[in-house]
Amino acid sequence: MILSIQHLYYLVGAILVITAGMTLADASHPKRYSSALFWGLYALVFLIGERLPPIWVGVGVVVMALIAGFGGVGAGHHRARSAAQYLASAKRLGNRLFMPALAIPLVTVIGTLSAKYLSVGGLPLIDPKNTTLVSLGIGCVISFGLACWLTQESPVQGIRESRRLTDALGWALVLPQMLGMLGLVFSDAGVGKAVAFATTSYINMDIRFVAVAVYVIGMALFTVVMGNGFAAFPVMTGGVGVPILFGVYHGDPAVMAAIGMMSGYCGTLLTPMAANFNIVPAALLELPDKNAVIRAQVPTALTLLLANVFLLNFLMFR
Amino acid sequence: MIHDVNLWPLIGVAVIIAGFILRFNPMLVVIITAIVTAFAAGFPVDKMLATIGTGFIKTRNLPLIILLPLAVIGLLERHGLRQHAQDWISRIKSATAGRLLLIYLGARQLTAAIGLTSLGGHPQMVRPLLAPMVEGTAEVRYGKLPEHIRHKLRAYCAATDNVGLFFGEDLFVAFGAIVLMTTFLHEAGIDVEPLRVAVWGIPTAICAFVIHAWRLNRLDKMLARELEQLEPTNLTVGAASAAAKGV
Repeated sequence: MILSIQHLYYLVGAILVITAGMTLADASHPKRYSSALFWGLYALVFLIGERLPPIWVGVGVVVMALIAGFGGVGAGHHRARSAAQYLASAKRLGNRLFMPALAIPLVTVIGTLSAKYLSVGGLPLIDPKNTTLVSLGIGCVISFGLACWLTQESPVQGIRESRRLTDALGWALVLPQMLGMLGLVFSDAGVGKAVAFATTSYINMDIRFVAVAVYVIGMALFTVVMGNGFAAFPVMTGGVGVPILFGVYHGDPAVMAAIGMMSGYCGTLLTPMAANFNIVPAALLELPDKNAVIRAQVPTALTLLLANVFLLNFLMFR
Repeated sequence: MIHDVNLWPLIGVAVIIAGFILRFNPMLVVIITAIVTAFAAGFPVDKMLATIGTGFIKTRNLPLIILLPLAVIGLLERHGLRQHAQDWISRIKSATAGRLLLIYLGARQLTAAIGLTSLGGHPQMVRPLLAPMVEGTAEVRYGKLPEHIRHKLRAYCAATDNVGLFFGEDLFVAFGAIVLMTTFLHEAGIDVEPLRVAVWGIPTAICAFVIHAWRLNRLDKMLARELEQLEPTNLTVGAASAAAKGV
């Protein structure tokens, strides 16, 4: 294939190397060396990660976590423009400002949908396994060109802006990947089996409604712990869904799966473990409370979870 | 009854919950949890580090969606994208924060349900466009917003994107979750059509829309209540001067 996810890793690695270099060169940066080391190590993961022995990568991850955990990742000074300059630019460019912003999702969707038909000399242009992410990468590159042309800025200024936002996110940018790693450690260590054992062996499932509630709430709780409904589904469905709801009470398995997974998503709304959805947006929107997005979601998630208990109880046993 | 289950790894779950509740730095909480869990499962140090390293390499795709759009969004912000988005929405007089979010929720859910999940998202849609527009509509109505209200609106923007995405994408037959569910059930000896799983997600999706829409409506009422109280002096002064003029 011609464009694979590996190319995106190189691109991200290059952006991070430049970010690390700019941080190192920034004499006014309060945490210049530790921040540069953090972004430099992260860049290595993307540039040569798959060629390094896993133990070394593990050591690097521990070092990164320690730097970030003890406050070693800081933001440099970024000069904001004056309110008048923003308004002047906004007035000059008008609705054209929307074009590059909307080009990212548009190109991503077009790329994803047309990936099957794009091939050069029999080779698919876009890696069929990662069509969405590769299309997103293409969309960002096209949109970046468009934005530079539109604003008459150099690509270097674009990288500076990227570093400004990376600094604003700080270590929160790495958290989703850390939690993804933790999920894999959990599954290697057998945490799933232990949780399923603990939730299913002490509750009386002789009452059908109780069994339904255990399945729905268990999916949500397990997702809160693992940060991912996909990890919870096999455990709860294997532990409660298939043997009890289907095996004992003969419920409709399609309804069970559909509502079960959606109950897991209620858990996703509640947990800092789902960092990409809950913690990163809080950092991205510059909210002082890292849990503000979760707080805004709690009432929706809990009400929907309750609705799911009744929906599953009535729809599965029609 | 299963007796060979090792319950020690559950210590890891306790560590991470305690860490988040006590608000320790999440990076430290995660790395300590990983180490504790690996030890509880009886891994030696080299296997523990290798598991951490392999896991970190396997999940490299997660930050792509955040990192890649940053340069574009940063450049456009430097040239007034947020200001223009606010200015643009302020021309629609009937717009309120809650109604705007409601439209976004519906659009996000419907587009996700037909597989267009990447039409939204926090870096490429919520920060540059949705959040400034929602703040803009509130400002047109109530003037300058206090910081806590501004933060609350932004949190609702992110939350609405999440709710729309989660309870839309599962209705799309070719979505990974549907494949995961049918494959798992198939291995357990139960065969269900992917389309049936997708269809039975619709009742929950409708509930999600109704519940969140109701909360967005309450958000508008909360804004009206809290922000109209901010300027009672202006109103009473206005009324008093009007009364003095004998109107």
